[in-house]
Amino acid sequence: MKRDRITECNDWFLQRFPLTKLWNEHMAHYYAPKNFNFWYYFGSLALLVLVNQILTGIFLTMNYKPDAKLAFDSVEYIMRDVNWGWLIRYMHSTGSSAFFIVVYLHMFRGLMYGSYKHPRELIWIFGMLLFVALMAEAFMGYLLPWGQMSYWGAQVIISLFSAIPVIGDDLSLWLRGDYVVSDATLNRFFAFHVIAVPLALVLLVFLHIVALHEVGSNNPDGIEIKDSKDPWGHPVDGIPFHPYYTVKDLVGVGVFMLFFATVIFYMPEMGGYFLEHANFIPADPMKTPEHIAPVWYFTPFYAILRAIPDKFAGVIGMGGAIVVLFLLPWLDRSPVKSIRYRGGIYKKALFLFVISFLVLGYLGTQPATPTATIVARVFTAIYFGFFLLMPIYTRWEKTKPVPKRLTTTHSLEEQLPGLIEEIIHLKHGSTEIGHAAFKGSFFAIRPNPTGIRNVISRLAKNVKGSLN
Amino acid sequence: MNNKGVDQTKRQFLTSALTVVGTVGSGYLAVPFLAQMQPSAKTMAAGAPVEVDISKMEEGQLIRVAWRGKPVWILNRTPEVLETLKTLDNELRDPLSEESLQPISSKNQVRSIKPEILVAVGLCTHLGCSPTFRPEIAPNDLGDKWKGGFFCPCHGSWFDLAGRVYRGVPAPTNLEIPPYRYITDTQLIIGEPAEEVSA
Amino acid sequence: MKNLTVLLLLLSVSFGVVASEGVELQKASNHLGDNASLQRGAKHFVTYCLGCHSIKHIRYLRIALDIDVDPKKVLKDIAPEGANIYDQLHSAMNAHDAEKWFGTQPPDLSLIARSRGADWLYSYLKSYYIDPKSPRGVNNLIFKDTAMPNPLWQLQGDQYAEIKKNIWGDEYTNLLIKEPGTLSGGEFEIFINDLVNFLVYVGEPVQLERQRIGKYVLFFILMFIVLAYLLKKEYWKNIH
Repeated sequence: MKRDRITECNDWFLQRFPLTKLWNEHMAHYYAPKNFNFWYYFGSLALLVLVNQILTGIFLTMNYKPDAKLAFDSVEYIMRDVNWGWLIRYMHSTGSSAFFIVVYLHMFRGLMYGSYKHPRELIWIFGMLLFVALMAEAFMGYLLPWGQMSYWGAQVIISLFSAIPVIGDDLSLWLRGDYVVSDATLNRFFAFHVIAVPLALVLLVFLHIVALHEVGSNNPDGIEIKDSKDPWGHPVDGIPFHPYYTVKDLVGVGVFMLFFATVIFYMPEMGGYFLEHANFIPADPMKTPEHIAPVWYFTPFYAILRAIPDKFAGVIGMGGAIVVLFLLPWLDRSPVKSIRYRGGIYKKALFLFVISFLVLGYLGTQPATPTATIVARVFTAIYFGFFLLMPIYTRWEKTKPVPKRLTTTHSLEEQLPGLIEEIIHLKHGSTEIGHAAFKGSFFAIRPNPTGIRNVISRLAKNVKGSLN
Repeated sequence: MNNKGVDQTKRQFLTSALTVVGTVGSGYLAVPFLAQMQPSAKTMAAGAPVEVDISKMEEGQLIRVAWRGKPVWILNRTPEVLETLKTLDNELRDPLSEESLQPISSKNQVRSIKPEILVAVGLCTHLGCSPTFRPEIAPNDLGDKWKGGFFCPCHGSWFDLAGRVYRGVPAPTNLEIPPYRYITDTQLIIGEPAEEVSA
Repeated sequence: MKNLTVLLLLLSVSFGVVASEGVELQKASNHLGDNASLQRGAKHFVTYCLGCHSIKHIRYLRIALDIDVDPKKVLKDIAPEGANIYDQLHSAMNAHDAEKWFGTQPPDLSLIARSRGADWLYSYLKSYYIDPKSPRGVNNLIFKDTAMPNPLWQLQGDQYAEIKKNIWGDEYTNLLIKEPGTLSGGEFEIFINDLVNFLVYVGEPVQLERQRIGKYVLFFILMFIVLAYLLKKEYWKNIH
C-alpha cells in the first residue's frame, strides 16, 4: 500500500520530467572509451573543486564584510571567532589553488592527446572560456582578504589596462571606480566574485559537458570509438560511464581529497604559495611591500609580462599567451591527435613548452633581476614558439600509423606487483649498516645506489613509454 | 564485455560499505557548515552577562538594558501595584507561571526575586514585538479593565505589571524572565542564574 | 659532482632564511604544545608589549581555553587590572600619542608571526644594540632603524655591535653583551622563546586543533579510498 504510493509519486514525477532520459544520456548509456588513464581524472575533479568553492564560498559570505575598513578584520573574525570558520576558509583558499592545479593538468591532458582537434574544437573553446572566467574569479577573489598582496596585486593588474592606447586610463579608472584600488573596487569585485562570475562558470561548465557528450570523449589513443560499433550500435571500445567511470572517479576523488585534506590540515599556507605571508598585513595604500608577486597560478603569465620591456607590448604578450591557447585547434595541422602516434618533434616541443611554463611560473614568483629577465625572455620565446611554429612542425613531421581499435596499456596498478618485487630485490642487494643497534631492523638496510638508479631510469622510461 | 564471474554479493557489499562511509563522511563534513551558522565567539562575548546598578531607581520607574541584544526591563514596582497584582488571578491565563519561562527563583506570583523589582525580557511571547509600558489605570484607549501593565501594539496582547498574560489575547505565555541574580543589594547581574547549580 | 649538488642545495637553503637586510636569522626553539611556555609568553606580552601593541584578534577567554588555564586565573595572573574575560587584547595607548612618540603607529601583532615568521621575531628581539649614531640611541641588526625602542633592554643588558672579519676576510657584525641585565643569558633565551611561542599561537590559535583533527580526517579518507578501489576493481575485472 505504502509502496504503491511511492511508485505513484515517482511515476507522476517521471511523466513530467525526463530524469531517466537525462540519466541514460549522460551516465548509464553514455559510452566512454575504456582506456582512460591517470590524466582523465581531472575533469571530474575540477567539477568537485567547483562545488567545493561554491559551497564554502556561500558560507564565507555569511561572515565576510566587503568594506575596506572591515574586510581584513572580518576574515580574521572568520578564522577565529566563527565556529569552524578556519576550516571553511582554508577549504576555500586551498580550493582555489587546487582548482588551478587540476585545471592545468586537465589542459595538459588535452595537449597530449589532441583533445582540442576536430571534432572537439568547441569543447576546447568552452574550456578556454572557463579558464579565463576562472582566472577572473581567482583574481577578484584574491582582493577580498584586503591584505597587502591583495591590494597591490590588484593595483598592478588593473594598471595593466591603462597600457591600452587611447582608452586605457579611462578604462582602468572605470574598472576601479576610484583613482586607486579602494572601497569601491573591493565592493564591486565582491559582487563579481560571489555572483556574476560563478554564474558564468556554472553555465560554461554545462556547455562544456553538453558539447563533450554530443561528440563523445577523446582518449589516449586519439581515435574515435564511434567508428567501430557492435551490432547493437554501441561502440565496441566504449563502456557505459556509469557504473564504470563513476566508480573509477570515486577512487580519484578519494586520492584527491587525501592531498587536499593534507594541505588544509597541515600546510594551509603551503610555504607562502597558497596564502602569501605579506597578505597577513592589512592593505596599506601608502606602502608597497618590498617584493610583490601574484599567487603562483598567475606567475607564468606575470613572468611573460615582465619579460617584455615595453608596457603595452608586455600586456599584449601576456594577453597573447592566453589568446594563443584559444587558437590551438587551428594551429595544429597534424593528421593524428594523440602524442602516441605523433613524431618526435611534437613530443620535444611539448616537453619544452611544459618546461617553459614551469620556469616562467617560478620566475614570476622571484624578483626581476637582470639575469632572471633574460631567462624569462628565452622561455617566453619558447612558450610562443610552441604555438606559433606549430602549423609548420606538425604538418611536416612524420606520424605513426593510427590503429583502428584502442590499444591496451598496463595501468599503474597492474605494474605495482612488479615494482614491489623490484624493491624487495633491492633490499637483498643492499649492504647493512654496521652499527649493532640497527642490525636486523628496517634501518639496517641501505639501498645500493645502482639499484636506485636502475629504478629511477626504469621509471623515466615508463613515463616516456606512457607517452608513446 | 561479459558478466561472467561477476560477484554480485561482493559488489553489493562494497557498494553498501562505500555508501555508508560516504554518508558518514558527508555527515561529518556537514557539521562545520551547520555549526558555523551558530552564534560566533563575538556574539557570545556581546551576549555576556550585564551588570545593572539599580540604587538610583525611583518607585514606579522602568529602565531598559540590552542583554544578548534583547530589551530587558527592570521595573521598580510600588506597593499599590503589588497589591493590584494579587487581585488579577481570574483574568490571567497562567497566573502561577506554570507554562511560562522563568528561573525557579522568579516562579511566584510577582515573578521576581525581590517583590518590588521586576526583571523581564521585553519581547511579547506572541511574535516578538516589544510591548509598551502603560502603568496608568483605565486610560481612554484601553478601557476600564486596564489595571496598568504592558500592552503590545502589534497584536494587542495584554500583560500585567508582573509580565503575566491576560486571557483572550494572542500571546500564549507570560513574558520571559531572564536568569539574573543580586551581587549586592542594589546591583544585579543579568544572564547569570541565581540558584547555585549543584555540581 | 655530487659534492657540488650538496653545496648548491645548502646554498639555496641558507638563502631561504636570509632576511631582507641580508643578516642571517637565528632559529627560534619554541614549542606550541607547551602550555606553560604559552602561559609565560602571554604574561610577558601583557607586561612588556601590550602597552603599545594590541592583539585585537584574540580574547582572554580564548587564551584561557586554548592553554588550559582557568579563566579566573587568566584574569588574575595574566590580564591587566580591570580586564573582562571576553575582552580582546587592546592596547591602552591612543593612536595620536603613538604618532607623536614613534612617528608611526605600533602595529597590531595578532598576525605578526604569520607575516614575519617565528625565526624573524626571535632574531629581531635579540638583535638590539646600543648605537650612539641612531636618534633613539639603539638600533637593530635585523630591522635597521626600527622605530621601536628595545622594551627588553633591562632584562637583556647593554648589547654592543662590533664589526669583525671572518677567516675569508668578509666583514660581519657580532653582538656582544657588555653590561649584563637582570636575566642571565639562558633565562633571556627562554623568555624570548616564550614570547615568540605566544605570538605564534596568537597568529593562528587553531593550529594544534587542526593538526589533531587532520589525523582522523586523513584516516577516514584512506578508508574511503580502499573501499572505492576495491569496488572499482570488482567492476572493472571484465574490462580488457
